[in-house]
Amino acid sequence: MHQRLGATLTGFAGWLMPLRYGSETAEHLAVRRTAGLFDLSHMGEITVTGPDAAAALDHALTGQLSAVTPGRARYTMMCAEDGGVLDDLVVYRVADEQFLVVANAANTATVDAELRRRSAGFDARVTDQTADYALIAIQGPEAAGVLAPLTDVPLGDLKYYAGQRASVTGRPVWLARTGYTGEDGFEIFCPPDDAEPVWNALANAGAPAGLVPAGLAARDTLRLEAGMPLYGNELGPDVTPYDAGLGRVIKLEKPGGFVGAAALAERAKAGPRKVLAGLTLATRRVPRHGYAVLAGGRACGIVTSGAPSPTLGTPIAMAYLEPDVIHDPEPGLAVDIRGRAEPADLIDLPFYRRSRA
Amino acid sequence: MSVPAELRYTAEHEWVAVDGPTATVGITDFAARSLGDVVYVSLPAEGASVAAEEPCGEVESTKSVSDLYSPVDGEVTDINADLEDDPGLVNADPYGAGWMFKVRLAAGAGDDALPPGLLSPVEYEELTKDSD
Repeated sequence: MHQRLGATLTGFAGWLMPLRYGSETAEHLAVRRTAGLFDLSHMGEITVTGPDAAAALDHALTGQLSAVTPGRARYTMMCAEDGGVLDDLVVYRVADEQFLVVANAANTATVDAELRRRSAGFDARVTDQTADYALIAIQGPEAAGVLAPLTDVPLGDLKYYAGQRASVTGRPVWLARTGYTGEDGFEIFCPPDDAEPVWNALANAGAPAGLVPAGLAARDTLRLEAGMPLYGNELGPDVTPYDAGLGRVIKLEKPGGFVGAAALAERAKAGPRKVLAGLTLATRRVPRHGYAVLAGGRACGIVTSGAPSPTLGTPIAMAYLEPDVIHDPEPGLAVDIRGRAEPADLIDLPFYRRSRA
Repeated sequence: MSVPAELRYTAEHEWVAVDGPTATVGITDFAARSLGDVVYVSLPAEGASVAAEEPCGEVESTKSVSDLYSPVDGEVTDINADLEDDPGLVNADPYGAGWMFKVRLAAGAGDDALPPGLLSPVEYEELTKDSD
């Protein structure tokens, strides 16, 4: 289907995914101004069910999933014993004894295996249902207006980070108000056979409002502007959630403990080894993943993600910096862009925050 | 994908057009599509010497950066200043308004002054057909 739309496809974690349909900059700006439609079917869907499902997830993940009410979602992480991040996850409580865990494509097998291992001793069943779900996201200020006439759910009642069973163009879906773009939007989990009709209904209904199909390239710059971490860039096994500024997802005090709790408690006491920061540059040369950050000419960090920001019009980057640098009023920062030190300014994350009407 | 018959090509995806002693250089449609939206082009300075198969600039796109290689030996006589404000011309019209720089050929004029290693349109199409 995407090839019929003229998509440039890319191999990603074993999936063939649309990188862009036309201009990724135009796709990015459409999501900021009107709406974009994404195929995210590569994401992993793992269900955890049973009387102990909540307790098993409390033990396996950093968040307190037992405190989530049915119909709500939580952004959380799976950590290793040493506190390193194995994946960042969105977990929906579908019902009292049923959870839907959404994992990154490249980590789905790890998350599935670890959830099985960590739920041993709990009355809970873990099932990788990735092949049973397609995932379509509609994101942008016009998303609700486009979706509303196609669904039976009054969208005004569906809060951010909430999800519920719904019908979209007559097909049964799990409809969630979530996303990875910094805009209002929805994610629609449906059987793969229903994906094309759901996609086409949204595409046709949205076209007059300016909705366009959008690829992974636009998704990456949208999430970067919104200051959202990407596993493999900002997150990985050598990073704790504290390093990434995401200590809020760790519930050290929850009863029963969890995998990685001891190491994370120690890390919380010692303070972060590095700090995730935002950088903007005056040059038009673009800082890329892996480039060194300099303070007064001395290496003080590393770029994790960088791109020309379509919204700001300048290059932006997220980078891990030595904690001292953040508190220096005049750190004299630069990014080593292929041998030339290009001056950079610290900026509070996110780079972009939508205005809420 | 477009590969104009009147141009010569490099394996690094530049094209070159010869008009007497002057060669005009840009990047191919294939390169522009592969890079995605071009956001910045760093060009050699007017008057600079360039040498075949050596980098003389860079092309930044949203996802990556690539070296720009000169296909020929000579002196840069002109650069496309429009790319400063509108680097998207490289995507919109890679063989026309998206041209990058002009070189006075060190080896004389016409096709005979081009280095022997350049690719014909057929050879360039062969090079890129599997990856398109």
